[in-house]
Amino acid sequence: MISTDILVIGAGVTGTAVARELSRYCADVRVAEMGCDVAEGATKANSGIVHAGYDAVPGTLKARYNVRGAEMYPELCRELGVPYRRAGALVIGFDEADRKTLGELMQRGITNGVKGLRMLDRSEALALEPSLNPAVTCALDVPTSGIVSPYEMAFALADDAALNGVHFDFDAKVCRLSRAEDGLWHVLSDREEYVCRAIVNCAGSFGAELHNMICDEKLQMIHRRGQYYLLDRANPQPFSRTIFQCPSVMGKGVLVSPTVHGNLLLGPTAEDIDDPLDTATTADGLANILEKATRTWPKLSTRTNITNFSGIRAHLPGDDFIVGPVAGAAGAFEAIGIESPGLSSAPALAEDLVRKIAEAMHLQKKKEVVPCPHRPKPFNEMSDGEREAAVREDPMNGTVICRCEVVTEAEIRRAIRRPVGARTVDGVKRRTRAGMGRCQGGFCMPRVAAIIAEETGCSLAEVTKNGGASRLLSGTVANYLKEGE
Amino acid sequence: MADMQVDILIIGAGPAGLAAAIAAREDGIESILVLEREKEPGGILRQCIHNGFGLHRFEEELTGPEYALRDICRARELDIEIQCGTTVLSVSPDRVVTCVSPETGFRRIQAKAVILAMGCRERPRGALCTPGTRCAGIYSAGTAQRFVNLEGFMPGRRVVILGSGDIGLIMARRMTLQGAKVLACVEIMPYSSGLNRNIVQCLQDYDIPLYLSHTVTDIRGKERLEGVTVSRVDDRRNPVPGTEIDFECDTLLLSCGLIPENELSLGAGVQLSPATSGAIVNDSFETSVPGIFACGNVLHVHDLVDHVSNESFRAGHAAAAFVRSVPGEASFISVEDGDGVRGTVPQKIRRNADANVSLMFRPAAVYRNSTAVVSCGDRVIMKKKAMIYTPGEMAVLELKKEQIQSMEGDSITVRIERS
Repeated sequence: MISTDILVIGAGVTGTAVARELSRYCADVRVAEMGCDVAEGATKANSGIVHAGYDAVPGTLKARYNVRGAEMYPELCRELGVPYRRAGALVIGFDEADRKTLGELMQRGITNGVKGLRMLDRSEALALEPSLNPAVTCALDVPTSGIVSPYEMAFALADDAALNGVHFDFDAKVCRLSRAEDGLWHVLSDREEYVCRAIVNCAGSFGAELHNMICDEKLQMIHRRGQYYLLDRANPQPFSRTIFQCPSVMGKGVLVSPTVHGNLLLGPTAEDIDDPLDTATTADGLANILEKATRTWPKLSTRTNITNFSGIRAHLPGDDFIVGPVAGAAGAFEAIGIESPGLSSAPALAEDLVRKIAEAMHLQKKKEVVPCPHRPKPFNEMSDGEREAAVREDPMNGTVICRCEVVTEAEIRRAIRRPVGARTVDGVKRRTRAGMGRCQGGFCMPRVAAIIAEETGCSLAEVTKNGGASRLLSGTVANYLKEGE
Repeated sequence: MADMQVDILIIGAGPAGLAAAIAAREDGIESILVLEREKEPGGILRQCIHNGFGLHRFEEELTGPEYALRDICRARELDIEIQCGTTVLSVSPDRVVTCVSPETGFRRIQAKAVILAMGCRERPRGALCTPGTRCAGIYSAGTAQRFVNLEGFMPGRRVVILGSGDIGLIMARRMTLQGAKVLACVEIMPYSSGLNRNIVQCLQDYDIPLYLSHTVTDIRGKERLEGVTVSRVDDRRNPVPGTEIDFECDTLLLSCGLIPENELSLGAGVQLSPATSGAIVNDSFETSVPGIFACGNVLHVHDLVDHVSNESFRAGHAAAAFVRSVPGEASFISVEDGDGVRGTVPQKIRRNADANVSLMFRPAAVYRNSTAVVSCGDRVIMKKKAMIYTPGEMAVLELKKEQIQSMEGDSITVRIERS
């Protein structure tokens, strides 16, 4: 039984942002996460866009948090050392109906307080993005749209929270919530049992399930899957901005966007599915992306495809976030239905929600905050002079483990030793990019696994791809031969 | 400004780099440096512990490590400097190479000639766009080979192999011998891309079924692989509904092709051929950038290491000649791919070629009792008949230097004629 003041459930970008905000107050804070790492749900598999805020309906929480969140991103990313770029975006149209939609979006954006929006005609749009389909007739220029690495954002938020006293428990899926007569919450997870003064439900796809355990106003969540293509780095990429098509009731449609690491992302689909953990890709879904993305980019080729993946949106029929105290459950707070623009909204949502929690619990601000440590520039992005200095400072920078993304042994060991460090091959991959490149870890994966085994003091056979039963290997060759006898 | 200068810098100490270094030293080049990113020389041969290497070159059946050891020993006799644990980060068009290692730190090395011998990498799952989950248990065949042969660990117990490249076939046998069950080898093409001897000795001898014109259409398992679906494909390689076969397996090995690893070459401004994904070279294995040579699997993917060594000796001799003399303006005959021929190397031949030239290419499909023909305009220069030309085996046509010197046109074409 673990006793704590506040238990945050879920370590996605929302949960980690909330945990970081809470760490500024005098309170014991823990995070219980069902996955084996930070960012294991929707946070690791989305478009990575910091939306400007033109899309959300004025007056909704989505609109409010999105616009404020987008304002906070540049400075926050600088502080945390997270890759972010204000790439800008175009929403493109092909006919009069689209032009009308774009006009509405622009009006909505202006109402929401988005700056710099303007309508472009065909030639202006093609001048900005020459790879666009020449059949485009109009476009909405969104200069304040940004791109970010969503999981790196969550890792940095988690590290910062941990340095300021927050404790993270992984593989801890919450299965029961109850409030005792003394007013304390009893939380049973499949790993630990917690007693706490307050709980904060940031459980993503499982948010409604937890809400329904403690609230009479039941919620029904829709699990909406989005599949993607991720293409190899190229210099230059065909597009420097995020290109959206006109949105529909199912979402913002299929985009073509550069990523902060120089890859190109195509997707997502929007399919409602039953299982919130079913992140498989499908032949139909992948074909659908190509069909739609070709409309933006007629010369699309998947010859340089690196991987396909999918993530699950936590969609509520009301089409807005639910953020705040849970009705009729004192000491329970929630952030539910955090789908797009959830990533863009996370910092603003956390700021607002934690203010409410602090008021309700009479929390005092801490006098001192441990600043986020300086994150060294990735070896891959260094100049020759910087590389020379980096190897002199730490000879382990002289061993390149991932050749596609030029990631050194020093960087991999550092990722494992971070405050909330990597424990799995995927954890190292998302923190360092080792295995993110064109060979998809074919070369570096055994080497990364060996470093994880050494750093965490386990056998190579115990190293997992992504926690749970995802072991890479099934035993030693020697044992197999013995079994065969 | 460079930290050091060498006559010939060779990137990679696999069979290609070693052979090139040996040839250059035998030609009297004193200053040779071989950079190798692994801790030991030998390249991919280190993990190829099966036999069958060296039949052509040594007329013996050697294992991969034994084959490599011969070149390593020869290189040591010749006192060739091989620096292991060193990763090359860039090559510039004027042949300045930057590299790092824990021992020597970051260095800039100016070379008079550079030989690219970085080898190739395996095509990963992403390149195939195979749908399904992204669980543990999916490896390229070479990664699995490394785990079993170098690390002593088994990747899994029940195995399906996608692709019938040689490494996949070799791993089918290897996994079987180590106690795993290999359920199937699945090939999307109507023929295997591996050597025939490997089909016989690695699949047929162990009753492992080969599904031609089939591919994996679904991958299941949330954490570790639980199964795959295999479907027949039509002649446009689209899956045929209703032909699905489910296999319960915990491991999927991919052997779906090799890609020459030319990121450094591109950085140096070397022009690549879309047919081979390797550099465009002339008969001295010089790339489009003067003084930069390429040989082995970084140039084009070979079937036999013997061919790699042969080619690389020639590249080493050519680099030595380049270092010693200022070459005059050369005039070239271009080599074109005709019917049934893909990626002939070299792509250019010097008119005044001073030695015989091997034209190497992969047949585009399977041709039985057919003839490879080299022609210059309407004139047939040479013909070579074979019982079978197949994509799995490199075809080699040797042009005599006299034939080249007497050639009149600007280009020759290599094609396969069905009989």
